[in-house]
Amino acid sequence: MTKTMTCVACPLGCQLSVTLDGDTVVSVTGNTCKRGDAYARTEISNPVRSLTTTVRCEGGLHPVVPVKTTLPIPKDRMFECMKLINETVVQAPVEVGQVLIHNILGTDAHVIATNNN
Amino acid sequence: MLNYDLVVIGGGPAGMAAALRARDFGIRDIIILERAETLGGILEQCIHTGFGLHYFGEELSGPEYAARFIELVEDQKIEYKVDTMVTDVTEDKVVTAVNKTDGLLKIQAKAVILAMGCRERPRGALSIAGTRPSGIMTAGTAQKYVNLDGYMPGKEIVILGSGDIGLIMARRMTLEGAHVKMVCELMPYSGGLTRNIVQCLDDFGIPLHLSTTVIATHGNGRLEGVTIAKVDDKLNPIPGTEEYVACDTLMLSVGLIPENELTKNIGIGMDRITNGAVVNEMRETDHEGIFACGNVLHVHDLVDYVTLEAQIAGEGAARYILGQKAAAAEYLTLTAGNGVRYTVPQRVNIRSEESVKVYFRVGRIYKNAKVVLTCAGKVVSSKKKVKLAPGEMENVIIPNEVLATLTVNDEIKIEVEE
Amino acid sequence: MFDVVIIGAGVVGCMIARELSKYKLKIALLERANDVAMGATKANSGIVHAGFDAKPNTLKARMNIRGNVLMEDVCKQLNVPYRKNGSLVLAFSEEEIETLKELFERGKQNGVEGLSLLDKAELKALEPNISDEAMGALRAETAGIVCPYSLAIAAVENAVTNGVEFKRNFEVTDVAFQDDVFTVSSDNDSVECRFVINAAGCFSDKIAALMGEEDFHIVPRRGEYYILDKSLGSLVDHIIFQCPTKMGKGILVSPTVHGNLLIGPSADDVEDNDDLATTAQGLFDVRSLALKSVPDAVTRFAITSFSGNRAHDLKNDFTIAPSKYNTHFINVEGIESPGLTGSPAIAEYVAEILSSMADLQQNESFVGTREKPFRYHTATDEEKAAAIAQNPLYGRIICRCESITEGEIVDAIHAPAGAMDVDGVKRRTRAGMGRCQGGFCGSKVVEILARELQVEPNMITKYGKDSVLLYERTK
Repeated sequence: MTKTMTCVACPLGCQLSVTLDGDTVVSVTGNTCKRGDAYARTEISNPVRSLTTTVRCEGGLHPVVPVKTTLPIPKDRMFECMKLINETVVQAPVEVGQVLIHNILGTDAHVIATNNN
Repeated sequence: MLNYDLVVIGGGPAGMAAALRARDFGIRDIIILERAETLGGILEQCIHTGFGLHYFGEELSGPEYAARFIELVEDQKIEYKVDTMVTDVTEDKVVTAVNKTDGLLKIQAKAVILAMGCRERPRGALSIAGTRPSGIMTAGTAQKYVNLDGYMPGKEIVILGSGDIGLIMARRMTLEGAHVKMVCELMPYSGGLTRNIVQCLDDFGIPLHLSTTVIATHGNGRLEGVTIAKVDDKLNPIPGTEEYVACDTLMLSVGLIPENELTKNIGIGMDRITNGAVVNEMRETDHEGIFACGNVLHVHDLVDYVTLEAQIAGEGAARYILGQKAAAAEYLTLTAGNGVRYTVPQRVNIRSEESVKVYFRVGRIYKNAKVVLTCAGKVVSSKKKVKLAPGEMENVIIPNEVLATLTVNDEIKIEVEE
Repeated sequence: MFDVVIIGAGVVGCMIARELSKYKLKIALLERANDVAMGATKANSGIVHAGFDAKPNTLKARMNIRGNVLMEDVCKQLNVPYRKNGSLVLAFSEEEIETLKELFERGKQNGVEGLSLLDKAELKALEPNISDEAMGALRAETAGIVCPYSLAIAAVENAVTNGVEFKRNFEVTDVAFQDDVFTVSSDNDSVECRFVINAAGCFSDKIAALMGEEDFHIVPRRGEYYILDKSLGSLVDHIIFQCPTKMGKGILVSPTVHGNLLIGPSADDVEDNDDLATTAQGLFDVRSLALKSVPDAVTRFAITSFSGNRAHDLKNDFTIAPSKYNTHFINVEGIESPGLTGSPAIAEYVAEILSSMADLQQNESFVGTREKPFRYHTATDEEKAAAIAQNPLYGRIICRCESITEGEIVDAIHAPAGAMDVDGVKRRTRAGMGRCQGGFCGSKVVEILARELQVEPNMITKYGKDSVLLYERTK
C-alpha cells in the first residue's frame, strides 16, 4: 500500500510517497533530504500534533484563556482532548505557564495557560 | 506638552523590541503608546504555536511570544500607555494621543518609531457581488471573536484566501466544532506555509481549491451561501464554473495592508509595493528621526523577523537621539531586479561601516533558481535556492567591504536568475 | 389612539414625522426594519438636486425646487452635514451639447437659479480632473450634497424629541377602517389612528393597495455604487453627472459630505424590493462609466460597494394625495429621485393636505433644532479636552479609521430612536465606515451594544431580523 503526504520539515513541501507493508514503512520516495524520510516514518508510526485552544476562565479580562499542550499529542486524540478541555472551567487569575489540566487523557502532556488572564 | 526622547507608536512585537533595543543603547526616556487594552498587539489573539522558532529557538504561542517582551518592558521599566490612540504625528515629531484617563496628550519627541502594524483587506476592496448579510468577516475578526471573546462566529464556513491566518482559522474553527467546508484561493498556489496547509487543512480533510474565488454572497439576514467560480490565468472568473456553496460564514484572508495613515499624514515617502515607508538600513524614513518597523513597514510572514527588524530601528533611533548618526551619509536606492517585488530597506547608506542585510520578496514561485546580488556591475554573490515563494521572505547581505567601494552613481541590484 | 400614523421611516417618513410634530398631534412612525433609513434612504447618491432634470409642471419638479430651497436651513437646524458644491452635467458629443441646452431651458422653466453653460476651457478651469473628452457642461450652482441617512436619523431624533413615537420592526400587513378609525396592524401588533400617511417607499404601492388602490405600480430600480477612499475625495469638487437617459440621471461622480468619493448608480429594474444584491455587471458598468467622466476615479481605491432600490413608479411622477378610497389615508408614493431633495417640501406639502382635513394647532413646545452630537473627529483640541473631562468615554477611540470614540457610540445607542444594531451605530457615528470596514472595531461595537442594551453579545445583529453576528459561546 502507498500513502502520499506533504513534508513539512522545511518550506519546500516535498510530495512524499510512502510504501507500506501493513504498518511497516518499506520505502519513502519524493523526498529531497533525509529529514523527509524521517518525517514520513514518524507520520506513519506515531503522528502527533501540538494542540492549542482556549479554556473557559471566570472573572478575568477575557472569558477564555488560551492554552496549549506541553507536548504534542497523538493526532487522532485531538477531538477527545478538545471535549475534555471544553468541559473545564478555571477561575481568574491565571498566569502564563500555569497547568490547567494535568496529564490530559494520559498522554503525558499538560494543558497550560499561554497568557495571563 | 510632555517631552520624551523616544515615542514608540504601537506596543506589539515591533514596538516592544524597538523600545527595548533603544533602552539597551542607553535611552532612558521612552514611552510606548498602544491602542489596545494590553501590550502584545495582534499576537494576543494568535493562540496557535509556531512563533519564536528563529528568535528563541523554541515554538511558542503568540501570547507567550508577546509575554516574553512584555516582561522585559516591565523589567526595564519602560513607560507605556495602553488604550491610547495616537491620532497625529507632525513633521517636528509632536505626537498627539488620546485616552480615557489622560484625555488629550501632546508629546514632543526627539525620535519617533512607527510600529502600528497592519490591518486586513476587507470585503469592500474585493468587489464581490451579492447581498450584505451578516456572517462575512475577516479571518482576524473571527479569530478575535473565538480566541478572546469566546464566541463562535460561524458554523458552516467557507474561507477565501489561503494565507496563514485563513489556514490557522480553518483548524481553529474545526477544533471548536464548526464545519469548514473549503478554502478557496484565487492564485494557483497558496500564500501560506506548507506546514499550515498540512496541519490545518490536510489533517482535517478540508479541501483547498486553488484558482478559485468567491464571486457572490447570498442571504438577507445571515449569510446563506456563496457562489464560487474557477478563475483563468488572468484571475477572471470562468463562466460555467460557478457553484453554489451553502454556508453561514465567509471568512476573508485576502491580504494585509500596513496601517500607514499617520505615516502618510506626516508626508513620509511611501513605497507603492510594500505600502510602507521608504527606509534606509536603519529603518529610518525620509524624515530624519522618524523610523518604521514591523508590519507597518512591510508585511512579514514570521514575527521573529519583525523582532529583528524592530531592533535595527530601535538602534537607529537611539543613535539618532545620541547624535551618533554617520555624518557623511550617501544613499543609494536599491534596484529590485528580475523576479524581486520589493526590497527593505529600499535605500542604503554606502558609507555604512557595517554589512547590510536586505530583505526581499519574489513575485512568483521559482524552483532551482539563483538569487544574484550585483554591485556596480559586479556579481557579489549568487546563491542557489531550491525554492523561492512569494509567501516567504528572503534576504541577501551586502558586505561592508563591497559598500566601501561604491559611489552614489553605482547600482545595487538584487534579482532572481532561473 | 393616535391622530396620525406614518408608515415607513425613510427620509420622507422621518421628515413628515418631524414636520407634523410642529402641531398638537399624537403621531406614530412605523418601520418594518430595526432602524430608520433602511430602504432607499441608506443607499442613494445623497444629492440635493438643482431641479433642471424634472419635467416642468410635475410634482417632481415642484418638490425638487421647493426642497432645494428648504434643505440648507433644515440641515442647519438638524445639524446634518450639507454642502452646496454645485453640479456639472458633462457633454461628450455635439448631440449631448444639445441635451445640455435642453436641460438649461427646462431648468429655467422650472425656476432653477444659478444655471450656466460652460465650454471646455471653463469646465477644465473649474474641475481639472475631468476627462479631456468632455466638451462642455451645464453648471447648477444650487445643487449640493447631503448625507441621506444622517438627515433621516436627525429628523427622527428631532421628531421623537418633539413627541413622536417610533415603532421599529412593525411591518404593516393590514389597514382596517371602521367608525372613522384606522387600525394599522402587523403580525403581532396594531395601532389605531385617525389619519394614515403611506410613506413606504418601495412598498408604497402595496400599502396603498390595502386601501383598494390599484393604479400604483412600483418597479424597484436598483442602483449600485462604490465608495472610494478619502484619498480620492477631492478629485472633483462638484457633483459630476453625465447626460440623463430614460433610466435616470446616469452615473455620477461626487464627493460625499464625509470626504469620500461616490460613484454610481447603475439603473436596473428588479422584481423583488428586498433584492439588494450587487451584481458583477452593475458594478462593472459603474466602474467603467465613472472613468469616462473622471479617469482617476479608479476602484482600486474602493472601500465598499452597495446597492439600493429606488421606488420607481411606472407613471414616472410622485403621488402625494389623499387616497380616492379614503381621504384620511394620504399616499406619498413613487418617491424616487429627487425624493431626498424633495423630502422637506414633501413633508410641508403633506402637512398642508392634512390641514385641509383636520384642525392643526401649533405645538408651542416644538423645538426644531437638534443639538449637535459630539464628534471627536471634527472637534478642536479644546473641545476634545472638555468633552473627555466631562465623559472619559470620549477619550477612547473605538473606530481607528474614522476616529470614533466610545462616547459617541454610547450616545448613538441612547439617542431618541437610537441605534440597536451594528449598522445603526455605523450610520449614526461612522464607526466601521472607514478603510478597514469594521475589521477592528466591529467586535468592540458588538460589545458596547450588548453592554448598553443589556443583552448577550450573540443577541446583537448587523441590521435586525436574523442578521446575527455570533452564535453560542465556544465553551
